[in-house]
Amino acid sequence: MKRMIASIAAALALSIASADAQSYPTRPVTVIVPFAAGGPTDIVARIVSDYLSKTLGQQFIVENVAGAGGTTGTTRLTQATPDGYTLMMGHMGTHGAAPALYPNLKYDPTKDFEPIGLVAGTPIIIVARKDFPAANLQEFIARAKNTGEKLSQAHAGVGSVSFTTCTLLTAQLGVKHHRVVAYRGTGPALNDMVGGQVDYMCDQIVNLVEQIKGNAIKAYAIATEKRSPALPDVPTTKEAGLPDYQVSAWNALFAPKGTPKDILAKLNETYVKALDDEATRKRLLDLGSVLPDKAGRTPEALATLVKSEVARWAPILKTTPAQ
Amino acid sequence: MFDLIGNLGLGFATALSPMNLALCFLGCLVGTLIGVLPGVGPIATIAMLLPLTFKVDPTGALIMLAGIYYGAQYGGSTTAILVNIPGEATSVVTTLDGHQMARKGQAGIALGIAAIGSFFAGTVATLVIAAIGAPLTKLALLFGPAEYFGLMVLGLGLAIVLAHGSVLKAVIMVVFGLLLATVGTDLETGEERLTLGFSALSDGIDFAVLAMGVFGIAEILRNLDNPEARSVVKAAIGRLLPSMADLKRSFGPILRGTGLGAVLGILPGNGAVLAPFASYTLEKKLAKDPSRFGKGAIEGVAGPESANNAGAQTAFIPLLTLGIPPNAVMALMVGAMTIHGVIPGPQVMTKNPSLFWGMIASMWIGNLMLLVINLPLVGLWVRLLQVPYRMLFTIILLFCAIGIYSINNNPADVFFTAFFGGVGFVLIKLGLEPAPMLLGFVLGRLMEEKLRQALALSDGSFMTFVERPLSAVLLALALAVIVVAVLPSVRKSRDTVFTE
Repeated sequence: MKRMIASIAAALALSIASADAQSYPTRPVTVIVPFAAGGPTDIVARIVSDYLSKTLGQQFIVENVAGAGGTTGTTRLTQATPDGYTLMMGHMGTHGAAPALYPNLKYDPTKDFEPIGLVAGTPIIIVARKDFPAANLQEFIARAKNTGEKLSQAHAGVGSVSFTTCTLLTAQLGVKHHRVVAYRGTGPALNDMVGGQVDYMCDQIVNLVEQIKGNAIKAYAIATEKRSPALPDVPTTKEAGLPDYQVSAWNALFAPKGTPKDILAKLNETYVKALDDEATRKRLLDLGSVLPDKAGRTPEALATLVKSEVARWAPILKTTPAQ
Repeated sequence: MFDLIGNLGLGFATALSPMNLALCFLGCLVGTLIGVLPGVGPIATIAMLLPLTFKVDPTGALIMLAGIYYGAQYGGSTTAILVNIPGEATSVVTTLDGHQMARKGQAGIALGIAAIGSFFAGTVATLVIAAIGAPLTKLALLFGPAEYFGLMVLGLGLAIVLAHGSVLKAVIMVVFGLLLATVGTDLETGEERLTLGFSALSDGIDFAVLAMGVFGIAEILRNLDNPEARSVVKAAIGRLLPSMADLKRSFGPILRGTGLGAVLGILPGNGAVLAPFASYTLEKKLAKDPSRFGKGAIEGVAGPESANNAGAQTAFIPLLTLGIPPNAVMALMVGAMTIHGVIPGPQVMTKNPSLFWGMIASMWIGNLMLLVINLPLVGLWVRLLQVPYRMLFTIILLFCAIGIYSINNNPADVFFTAFFGGVGFVLIKLGLEPAPMLLGFVLGRLMEEKLRQALALSDGSFMTFVERPLSAVLLALALAVIVVAVLPSVRKSRDTVFTE
């Protein structure tokens, strides 16, 4: 009985939504950001929401629902009515690494969402304290692999981007003997790196770019295909001799499963316009982000990315202390 | 020196433009208002107002957001004094004597001295940032995990001195606070600790949830339980502003509080939290008659209030000179700057001098505005106390609920606040004070974090705390504080400090 009512309600909601698809949105739309305000995902979400608000004529309001590595906010989205009025800015963690990190996860990134589109990738950089005795990535790798010396790695907490991406790095290098120092957030970790207390870390370019430019820390390589215009002097991992280390903290728009197709189509169309809009594009690029090409902007491309990320992180993170 | 004048000149030229002046005023006003509304904190407000700042230039936006931040510090003291609800960790201490003054009919004097002390501290802190902000950054960098742990232990020593009842009860409450701080996801393993299966607890207990519960809600319960002793006083309000004698008595505390706050504010990881506690302890130690503390001593308001405002200002130093935010509000400011295309870092000062110095100048202007906004409002706030309590407490509860919900947009937080209200009521009945518990709670999380970081770096060797000179000194100081508090041989001096 309960199920019947639910399905009738869903059908009703669907028909109402379809009728409204032309005029969508007729009221403000909530964009859940599963992290605290001010972080990289929040900033990307606000830039995109700003464009969507202007273009679709209704406010797209960012609602920060932080907690449990972003999974609280993501779970909240799966519980929302799939009518196009609740969306979220998902993330490499919430829609890629989470299943491997959280055994009791209440959602499946590959099944419980309607992908709208990949917004931006934020490249990962390998950095070290400014007086760390290694001039380039090769020298750094040699030291990292030397078991006679214990390097210290800082990360922003289990499940954070800096944690997952640096775990990938040490897994690829095959090293297990480093001192791993956990911080609450990038800020405190960076503080101790600038102060010379810890040796190296991996994190998103936007968190580190100014400290690198100001010579407070040094960068070894950026984990992308091409160099970043924000840091043209930093070589890619390909150039520096670690070609398999390709990783980025991506952000993408998702809707709850069952959101009407025409509304999804309208949202995808508008977000693609946002990526082509000069002002929006510039704001995203200023963060050091890499924007997807035409082929990478379809919902299908995002669905493929989510699948491949979930598969990629599972073996690497299942062996971490989080388990 | 010439540079300083030139730079400040540039700053004032920027900050005094009509637009920026208006934004500064708006920020201060909004900050004061949200500070006064119990539960609505600067983080939620700044997050809500971020989209509005898209339309203004980054300097103006930051001036406004900074105004909200220190405006909230001012406003937070107002609720601490009037209704015993600390808006921020830094105004917990203000409840001790500030609220007692209000109960005696001296709410106006308490509010006035808080505003004056804050203004003085703000002025000095602005000058400190402008003159020696950059070199002071080095101090922040001297503090590694081991040093920070030492500082936190010293802070816990202060918590014991805070109590005006028995030392044993204070220790119990500090330990209780430390335990509450361990709730949540383990930092190193990601394992959930003491969450009892509540997903809302997986990131630990929020400070506002705990503080609003054990102070605000518990206070309301107590008042309803015992209408006669209702803390919100209907009796004569008395003078609205501090007298010359009050000012004279507060001068020393304000000066010392400002110094403590300015230094502790620079430290990473929210060292500013310690400032008002340290100032209160210092004033209690220096006082000729320490028994007045906890019963409405004006020094107990003047010192901590100056300390928290100075700390709030100098907390901008690591942000402006390194681009590293020392606390959650500053992290939000980083986000705000980034959204505006100014990613904060070591080069903001040279690349964006008008933004950097404009913001510093606006801080002083903002403090002046706050004084102008707050002094006339004192009369209004005090009159609020005459609102019949059956109406006042429902309004307080309503705003608490809204404010708590707005932190994480999570209804579970509201339920937990209510739960801690019950806990706070039980504590009152048992004669246990919540202030040492809150300090234990605030320091506990940092302390565990720093302890484990230091041990991770030293391969588990505790010698690291002794081998590093700065941490050794801090631990020795902490030991001294605790010895003075506990050793029976110094009971005599202890009695004069700790008991009434």
